[in-house]
Amino acid sequence: MKKLIFTVIALVAITNLNAQNAAERGLQVAKAADKADQGFNSSIVNLKMTLKNKNGQTSERLLITRTLEQTEDGDKSLIVFNSPKDVKGTSTLTFTHKVGSDDQWLFLPSIKRVKRISSNNKSGPFVGSEFAYEDLSSQEVEKYTYTFLEEKGNLLIVEQDPVDPKSGYTRRLVTYNKEKGYRLEKVEFYDRKNSLLKTLNYSDYKLYKGKFWRALTLHMVNHQSNKETVLKFGEYNFEAKLAEEDFTQVALQRAGQ
Amino acid sequence: MKIKYIYYLLLLSGVFTTYAQNEDVKKVNHDFELELESEYRYFYDDALFEDQKDHFPSFAIRPEYAIDWNKGYESINFKGFFRLDVDDERTHWDIRELYYQKAKNNWEFSLGLKKVYWGVTESNHLVDIINQTDAVETFDGEEKLGQPMAQFTWITQNLGTFDFFYLPYHRKRTFAGEKGRLRFPVVIDKEDLQYESSAEEWRQDIAFRWKHYFDIVDIGVSHFYGTGREPLFDFDATGNINAFYPVINQTGLELQITHDAFLWKLESIYRNADAQDFFALVAGLEYTFSNIDGNGLDIGLLGEYLYDERDELALNALQNDLFFGSRIAFNDTQDTSILIGGITDLESDSTIFSLEASRRFGSSWTAEVEARIFNNIDQNELILSNFREDSFFRISISKYF
Repeated sequence: MKKLIFTVIALVAITNLNAQNAAERGLQVAKAADKADQGFNSSIVNLKMTLKNKNGQTSERLLITRTLEQTEDGDKSLIVFNSPKDVKGTSTLTFTHKVGSDDQWLFLPSIKRVKRISSNNKSGPFVGSEFAYEDLSSQEVEKYTYTFLEEKGNLLIVEQDPVDPKSGYTRRLVTYNKEKGYRLEKVEFYDRKNSLLKTLNYSDYKLYKGKFWRALTLHMVNHQSNKETVLKFGEYNFEAKLAEEDFTQVALQRAGQ
Repeated sequence: MKIKYIYYLLLLSGVFTTYAQNEDVKKVNHDFELELESEYRYFYDDALFEDQKDHFPSFAIRPEYAIDWNKGYESINFKGFFRLDVDDERTHWDIRELYYQKAKNNWEFSLGLKKVYWGVTESNHLVDIINQTDAVETFDGEEKLGQPMAQFTWITQNLGTFDFFYLPYHRKRTFAGEKGRLRFPVVIDKEDLQYESSAEEWRQDIAFRWKHYFDIVDIGVSHFYGTGREPLFDFDATGNINAFYPVINQTGLELQITHDAFLWKLESIYRNADAQDFFALVAGLEYTFSNIDGNGLDIGLLGEYLYDERDELALNALQNDLFFGSRIAFNDTQDTSILIGGITDLESDSTIFSLEASRRFGSSWTAEVEARIFNNIDQNELILSNFREDSFFRISISKYF
């Protein structure tokens, strides 16, 4: 009997230890991925977003994204729409925060209005696409808790559970490539009912400055609605040397005028 | 006078362009766009005044041209506008924007005709004063005439943004003509309106605004000193209207608190002139239920209280009123959205209901539907009672090139 109790205690301890290890290792992977991408300072990229409904009909949007790296807090980004033409110049400025709600402003070019908007709506679709706002916002380590699941050759699979209860997901299964600067290969999104909602595949990777991996194609498939969204990026510009002044409400208006 | 002014502006733009070509070998971007719009407005009640029409087919054209260089830190921007309408006064053209802009580090400078928007509330735009309202264009007053200006913006990291405006020329407001609706019994010719200032439209005006944000709080404080954008109406005993543009000092406050899905908003002004001084405010909130169906449907609820010390002389008739409304956004590929609302007077039963809906078709067409319903308008409402038979529907279709 004593022996049995001892065995049970040992098993529980090992399981706990494993869980702790899995959490620890998951976090390590996320941190390694974050570290591998540090030091890009700023980037500008054009992208074409193609939305495809379940009947195969497509519509396109053209955007420019400017990003400014921050070390103490989340990154800053400025997104400008160039098409469809009726919304040309519509722009958003986002200050991501590692903890708490992001700050976000919207510029409406038709009436030249800058409007502070709520960043509460994380789970809603970004301009009718299969990308939610939270899928496109800066990925900060602090926004998830982690469980390491599996290692398959170079690929590391980590479960990420969003810290924010306003997230549309219970968990995301993220595949990292540890040989290629911990770049992302695939993300599977599970909805609030824990059923598979979407799969995002990263492809056409390009290495910039010998350090920064950027996927030039992102393909999101919604398994529940059978809709798809493809993001095709142009060449990343890491040489623009953007500064804090390029991420202000004044710059937001200038970008969308 | 206007033509001459525009000529100088063009000349000035030319000088800057030449300078840019010589000095900057970097990439130059050009962008030309054109919007063609057909519109139909139908006023379903019999007109209150003689000569007013019911049907208003209309056509508008909006060309845009922008050129930028120096990595986008220098640009010249142009937006033109022309409308052909049944109402001769609503047939009009304007240069909405034609300005040169340069940005460098923590400052930005603009010179030319430009549009500037100030404010946070939805039902009334009290603080917004830089541009004259294009009053014949829309009922909500959100369309503006291009304002000649020199604008200097200074951006600081810790103290916010400071905007300085030099406004050398005043533009008069246009009122509906004989055939037009939404007018007074007497057709007001804008040229009949006089200025308080002896310099008339050439009075040199100035304005200033400080804008900052602290965490969830966005704040703006502004001051305008010059010829007001709203004419001051004096009604004498015989019912004649004497209207003029007074010289005013106006201080404005804008405040928004963005907390979760709540937006708390406040706009307030104090306007001082020899003939009149008053206080006005709009305060309210907006709450959005987002992604209700898991498919992107957002439903926002809006409520605002409006106060204007001018009482019945308030041009917009919003002296002690309540606005309630809902903004519905489908977040679909066609950007379908609907804004419905109503403004009701807390003292009388006068109510204006409104609906605005828009949707994209294909990649370059949009359609808009608008309705304004004047309901139970009190005969004693000095200004609004003139519009009591002017409920209308509007449909417009635009093609973008």
